[in-house]
Amino acid sequence: MRWLPQNVSTFGGDIDWVFRLILYIVGVWFILAEGTLLYFVLRYRRKSGRSALFNDGETWRELAWVFIPALIVLVLDLGIDAAGGSVWDKIKGGPPPATVEVQVKAKQFNWEFTYAGPDGKFGTADDITSENELHVPINQVVRLTLTSADVIHSFFAPNLRLKQDIVPGRTIPAWFEATATGSYPIACTELCGFGHYSMAGTLVVQSPQDYARWLKEHSTQSTASADTDRARRAN
Amino acid sequence: MAEQVHAQGIAGSQIESHHELGFLRRYIFSVDHKTIAKQYLSLSLFMAIVGGFTAYLIRWQLAWPETSVAGWGYVEPDGYNAIVTMHGTIMVFFVAMPMLLGAFGNFLIPLMVGAGDMAFPRLNAFSFWTLFTASMVLLASFFVPGGPAAAGWTSYAPLSDNPLYTGVNWGINLWIIAVALEFASFLMGGVNFLTTALNMRARGMTLWRMPLMVWMEIIAAVVFLLSVGPLVAGAVMLLLDRTIGTGFFAPDRGGDPLLWQHLFWFFGHPEVYVVALPGFGVMMEVMPVFSRKPIFGYRTIVTSVIAAGLLSFIVWAHHMFVSGMDPRLATPFSITTILISVPFAIMVFAMIATLWRGSISLKTPMLFALGGLASFMLGGVTGIFLGSAAVDIYLHGTYFVVAHFHYTLFPTVFFGGFAGLYYWYPKMFGRMMNETLGQIHFVLTFVCFNAVFIPLFLTGLAGNPRRIYETTAYEFLKPVQPLHVIATIATIVLLLGQFPFIANFVVSMFRGARAPQNPWQANTLEWQTDSPPPHGNFRTIPVVFRGPYDYTVPAAAQDWAPQSQSDREIGLAAAGG
Repeated sequence: MRWLPQNVSTFGGDIDWVFRLILYIVGVWFILAEGTLLYFVLRYRRKSGRSALFNDGETWRELAWVFIPALIVLVLDLGIDAAGGSVWDKIKGGPPPATVEVQVKAKQFNWEFTYAGPDGKFGTADDITSENELHVPINQVVRLTLTSADVIHSFFAPNLRLKQDIVPGRTIPAWFEATATGSYPIACTELCGFGHYSMAGTLVVQSPQDYARWLKEHSTQSTASADTDRARRAN
Repeated sequence: MAEQVHAQGIAGSQIESHHELGFLRRYIFSVDHKTIAKQYLSLSLFMAIVGGFTAYLIRWQLAWPETSVAGWGYVEPDGYNAIVTMHGTIMVFFVAMPMLLGAFGNFLIPLMVGAGDMAFPRLNAFSFWTLFTASMVLLASFFVPGGPAAAGWTSYAPLSDNPLYTGVNWGINLWIIAVALEFASFLMGGVNFLTTALNMRARGMTLWRMPLMVWMEIIAAVVFLLSVGPLVAGAVMLLLDRTIGTGFFAPDRGGDPLLWQHLFWFFGHPEVYVVALPGFGVMMEVMPVFSRKPIFGYRTIVTSVIAAGLLSFIVWAHHMFVSGMDPRLATPFSITTILISVPFAIMVFAMIATLWRGSISLKTPMLFALGGLASFMLGGVTGIFLGSAAVDIYLHGTYFVVAHFHYTLFPTVFFGGFAGLYYWYPKMFGRMMNETLGQIHFVLTFVCFNAVFIPLFLTGLAGNPRRIYETTAYEFLKPVQPLHVIATIATIVLLLGQFPFIANFVVSMFRGARAPQNPWQANTLEWQTDSPPPHGNFRTIPVVFRGPYDYTVPAAAQDWAPQSQSDREIGLAAAGG
């Protein structure tokens, strides 16, 4: 499917696989059903000298024409459920051990990404904060901790095939592992107010070296900006 | 039985004493179900114009952001959210329900079951005027300071819970009041539908002889009655949160935003079927008549619809897979959701089987019925993608969802609604509509509807979020912008394409050919009385001898067999009753 954007996460391929499975199954049904409908309409147009067949579908023999296809639909449904269920569990069932942790705070109308900083602890003075830019190293499990300052937002990174609503009052986990370096979009997919459309962020997947460099550069800046932030809040 | 005859006797005498009615009692505060049906119809058509105009504003903004919308002006971001909110609210609650339940249900249930009027005519009038009040409250919200509601038609808390978050104060309060009044109106209507269909049926009209339209209306009414209660409670809680500062949905006061979503979707999903089922009902009335064949598998269809109605109560959380609810809930809800495709598949297959070896005439009502069925199938199959929790992680909240639900609701509400209007117009107004204009209207509607929403499936696949004021705000969406332009141009032509209908509808009322009693040679009871039917509907209440779909009965004298005619009357040797 060239319509789906490039996938850059370890589980995105699984979602794309279930998507394709459903596409092929329902695609065949859709074409068969529309084709039959169109054929009947053309084939049985009213003609003089031919009248309709009295056939009311009240016997099991006739109903087999409906029930057997419906039974096949049922079996295919269960197959789709089974295929999707394991993919869901993999992505949302519980994160694997993570090497990178990022706290994500969504608010009207931007994203605030916080890293623990050199001491490895959140809530300390050396925390690193980045506005609207989520930097992560390639091929490492990243764990996000999602919170909201005001209304419901939704973290959506199309290339990761990751979406998770962020509900105020709750702390919601999410995880991913990116497989290709580059910059990718982050969007908010839950209506959050007049600036909803502008709540765009960027996911920057970097090599471990570049990521470490970015963290280092940012930690000095961030401490300064955190201080001014605190000072601003105190006023 | 004796009681029923007695009740009809009373109804009959009341009708006779009402002959000399003033203008107000006759046209405004009428208690005649046919007049009330026309009131619902007028209201829904008026609201459809408002709803259609909001669609135009939305589409223009998406195709050509930061330009002035022709005939309106610039749309601002908060104004855009308000327009999107009102579009959804108006189309679902003030167009679909008044048309499919209010107008068709009111007009058809008494006529189709052979009753003189609704069981509770005054309650019927009261439910319409409650809806009218609700509509006025909703329209008034456009003019209050801060503008109308802007938290989406789903009104998710806490965005909707606290005026600070949207800048809309009275707009959302009025929205809640309007929606709550609308619910009250259809609760009263539903009680009336159910009572009429169960208690007022003519002699011989057993449950298994009721037309499918009646079945669909009463199943829709039951589904509505059972699902709306929690949301009425939710609406009161939301209003209290906003006005006196209770904290039902506010996390900083101990409330839970997800509670609103559960209450909303516990109603919201069944609501889809409340509006879709009567649309299917219309298609199922029209298809046998224009194929001259019985509907295929009448009892199977009724049973499937009841099954779908029951299942609709345990699928709501598929709207909430990524909402933050416990992820272990996703798989059970995914299974129930995908399973609901089985009863719907049975219905669709039965409709297709009805056409097999029929004698199909493509008059306007049939064109809309077939076009509706063909379009609905795409809405049905795309629901499987969204019902799969894993795929929904990607597709949730994108234009794929928008395209999907428009493909389920537009075919049932508008194709079904137009099929019904073209089909029953002669009975409602006593005049025939123009066939050529009807066919032009169908072609424009069918082609343009598909041209609007197929591109939107594709933008959804590209990851385009819904409810976005400017898709150009995202660099990655620039390649799909041409699809938005196509969808917008198609929307404009789709809206202009409704003018042949409006002209046809209005002019035929005065200039159309006089409609005979039974212009389509149909079986159901509404066609066995005058067009339009007199007060009390039938000169004598008919006796029912057969099911509603006896077309092309072997050895009969003609290819239709009205429900009120015995075997002897249709030319068969009487072999019993």
